[in-house]
This record gives sequence, C-alpha cells and structure tokens, in this order.
Amino acid sequence: MDIWNMLEYAAWGLSILFGLHMIYDWYKTDSTYSEDVLTSSREGELEAMAEHHKVGS
Amino acid sequence: MSQTTAKSSPKISLLRVLGPAHVWALGVGIVLVGEYMGWNFAVGKGGAYAALIACWAAGLLYTCVAMIDSEVTSTVAAAGGQYAQAKHIIGPLMAFNVGLYLVFAYTMLEAANAITVGFLVDTVAGMSGHSGIDQRPFIVLSIIFLAWLNYRGVLATLTFSLVITAFAFVAIIVLFFGVAPWNVDSPLKHVELLGNQPALPYGWLGVLAAMHFGLWYYLGIEGTTQAAEEVRSPARSLPFGTMAGIITLLIAATLTWYVSTGLMPWEYLGQAGVPLFDAARLSGSTVLMVILGIGTLFSTLASANGCINDASRAWFSMGRDHYLPAWFGAVHPTYRTPYRSIIFLVPIALIFALGAPLDQVITFSIVSGLLGYTFMPLNIILFRRKWPLDTIKRGYVHPFHPLPAIVLLALCGVTYVAVFLGYGTQLVSMVAFYIVVSLWFHFWRYQFVSRGKQFTMPWPRPKGY
Repeated sequence: MDIWNMLEYAAWGLSILFGLHMIYDWYKTDSTYSEDVLTSSREGELEAMAEHHKVGS
Repeated sequence: MSQTTAKSSPKISLLRVLGPAHVWALGVGIVLVGEYMGWNFAVGKGGAYAALIACWAAGLLYTCVAMIDSEVTSTVAAAGGQYAQAKHIIGPLMAFNVGLYLVFAYTMLEAANAITVGFLVDTVAGMSGHSGIDQRPFIVLSIIFLAWLNYRGVLATLTFSLVITAFAFVAIIVLFFGVAPWNVDSPLKHVELLGNQPALPYGWLGVLAAMHFGLWYYLGIEGTTQAAEEVRSPARSLPFGTMAGIITLLIAATLTWYVSTGLMPWEYLGQAGVPLFDAARLSGSTVLMVILGIGTLFSTLASANGCINDASRAWFSMGRDHYLPAWFGAVHPTYRTPYRSIIFLVPIALIFALGAPLDQVITFSIVSGLLGYTFMPLNIILFRRKWPLDTIKRGYVHPFHPLPAIVLLALCGVTYVAVFLGYGTQLVSMVAFYIVVSLWFHFWRYQFVSRGKQFTMPWPRPKGY
C-alpha cells in the first residue's frame, strides 16, 4: 500500500466523519428547537433583527 | 463568531457579517476555475482567435449582467438573488423558474468542480508514478467537506473562499510576469504558433460555436447577489463587489488566453484538461508549475464552495416563501445558515458528480445559467418601467439603459444557437423539463403560497397600477 492508497482511505474516512457530524448536528438541532422557531426567518425583516443582535463572548 | 441568544429569540435569521471582499470572493471564486479549465474548449470549437472573440463577446454579455444585477440587487437585498428580484418585479411563475435555474446552474457546477478535483488528484498521482487511482473518495470529500464548511457559517466559508480565490488570481498574474512577454527570451511563440495558418480555421461558424464555452470565462459572477441577506451594507457592497469581480475576470480571462495560446498549439489547447497548468509546465519553471498547480486546485475548491453557498440560498428562499416545502426555509439557530437546504443538495451533487459525464454536467449548468441571463433584460426593463429612477433609491444606477439589456438579450440569442449546435437534444430536454415543473407550480404548488406575504420590499405602488 503506497501513499496514494492511504490518501484514498483517508478521503473516505474524512468524508464519513464530516457527513456524520452534519447529520448528528441536524438531528440534535431539529429535536431541540421547535419547527416554528427554525422556520421563523422572514424576508425583509433583517433590519429589525439586526437591532436586536447582541455580540456574545 | 458573534451570535444572538437563539433559544430566547422568537426569530432566527441569516447573519449580516459579510463585506465587499467576501462578495468579490463569492463571485470571482465561483468563476475563476473557468480560466483554469473549460474556456479552452472554445479554442477547439473555432481556433485561438475565435476563442478570443468569444472571450470578449462573453465579457460584454457578463458586463451587462453585472451592471443590471448591481442596480436591481442594490434595492432587493434578499437571499435568493435573482429569484427575489423576479418575484417582486415580474411574478411568481418567473420567480419559481429563476430559482430553479439558479439551483441547477450552481449544483451542476459544483458537481463539475468535484469531478475536476478527482481528475487533478489523478493527474498528480500519475506524475508521481502511481496510476489507476480511485477518484471517487476525493470527489466525495470535496463535496462533503465544503458542505460541512457552509453548514458551519457563512463568514468562515467566504473567508476561506477569499483566501484561495485571491491566491488563484495572483497565480495567473505571476504566470504572465513569469513568461515575461516583453523579453526576447520569452517562451511565448505567438508568431510561430498562430502566424502561418488561417486565423479562423472553421470560419465564423467556429466563432459561433466557440460562444458555448466562451461563457465559461465568466459563468457565475451573478452569484454575488445571493449574499444580499448576509452582507452588512448591501446597497454599497453588492455593486462594488460585483463590478470589481467582473473587472478581475476580464483581466484574468485575457491574460489566460494570451499566455496559453503563446505556449501551446491551438489543436492541443482545444482539448487540454488543465490548460493553465500545462502552460506553466511548458514555461520550463518548476516554481510556476507548483504555483499554477495549487492555483488550479484552489480555484476548483473556491468554485464548488461558492456554488454550495448560492444554490442553498436560492433553495432556502423558495422554501421560505412556500414555493417549495416550508421545511427548507429553516435557519440553523447557532450557525445561522440554511442548513437543511445545504444538506438536501449534497446527495444531488454527489449523484451528478459520480454518475454523469463532465461535458453533460457542464452543459446542464451553462443552459440553466443562460436561461437566467435571458430573464435579466426583461427584469431590468420592467423594473425601470414600473419603478422609474425617481421612485426608489438605488445603491447603483447602471448607465446607457436600455442598451445593456438589448445587448444582453442579443448575445443570449447567439449563445442559444451555439449551444443548440453542440448539445441540441440536451437544450430541448431541459427546456421541456422547465415547462413541466412550471405546470406543476402553476396548477398545484402555488396554492400553498401566501400571496401577500411573499412581497416584502417597502416599495411604492408600481407606475400605472
């Protein structure tokens, strides 16, 4: 097995890791927040939102 | 990164964190890969000078696109870009179609970029003596890693794009200075390579055919408008980033043509997989070869990265307006990205990247883009007619109206003929597809759309209504 074969396996492994991380976070987010909150974005309301924006630590 | 307290907030929206440099990176990042590969098929269609004519004709087309887009989007500062413009200016059916054009143009371009990443890895492996590498893991990794990056936040995503796009652009400049055209010892051989043969080997028909791939020099610059809802000062940043982007691309495209045609016979150049990398290898400089090799990879990744950003915003916007299931209109409470739209488009990109030929994927992207460009002249003419200059404050007013709209429409017509000559069946199939989904939208989906709520811009009543 040369470096290129190892890179192939590494690419498969990283793809699975990134994919699983997204899916886990997706599941966690959807089960933590209500659908009304998640889909509460409205076009044209951003300026009002920006006024409530707080810079966190 | 700054965040609001999402759980206690009744509303979650995208974040305004981007500046003009990010807008530039989004537009140029999507496109610059076209200078590294793809544009040279125009040389194969009609010869070196036909590709130059196509370069400048397409440059004119896209300058019109950038000017028109800059004016309209400086007033319609909403995610979805041209989709949101069409919704407010023309109507829902046009908006639905434009939204789909955007999603397919960018998702297919993303797939084409991923295929190219696999090809590049294979090329490098071949140069190091390893043949028969499996390209699939690299194709899959490029799509999933960039989707993950997009999922995690727009600021990091487009800062990443900014760095690698700037490197890829500077690499082209370095190549130009590296071959030193003013020097008598320059490796450029324009006179020998282009002097003793017909300027247009296939005549003007070749020039027409070259227009198909001439779009590749600039395809995607209009994607800057998708950042409208996440940029801090849309009325200033969007026109500035877009116009700076088209100027960058005009310079990069002309330099690319000049250097490449001076180093390779047009018969070879017209079929080359990575022409700028080949040009660097032919220059005899190892440093240039390494820089252009990295530039090729970076331009490909920047393009795929921007495409994921833009396709997901268009899909998200349509979901938010219920043009598609509202489920797609969700925003991540921590990362403030349209996370469901980002994830949903991943398998679609993977299917095309792993299962479709590159030229078909590219043509799918080009035709979807072209349909979008055809909408733009109609859009700006109606915009100026319904809301004249003294009725809405614009961040940018494009000059010579309606000349750019007429030129754009004429060039789109020429390009349709060019695409029809090469990929007639695919062109007709795609138009048929868009007709079928339009019927679905008109007779079924539109009943779910809240007709009053979708029009959000605080504009006066249109003139004549």
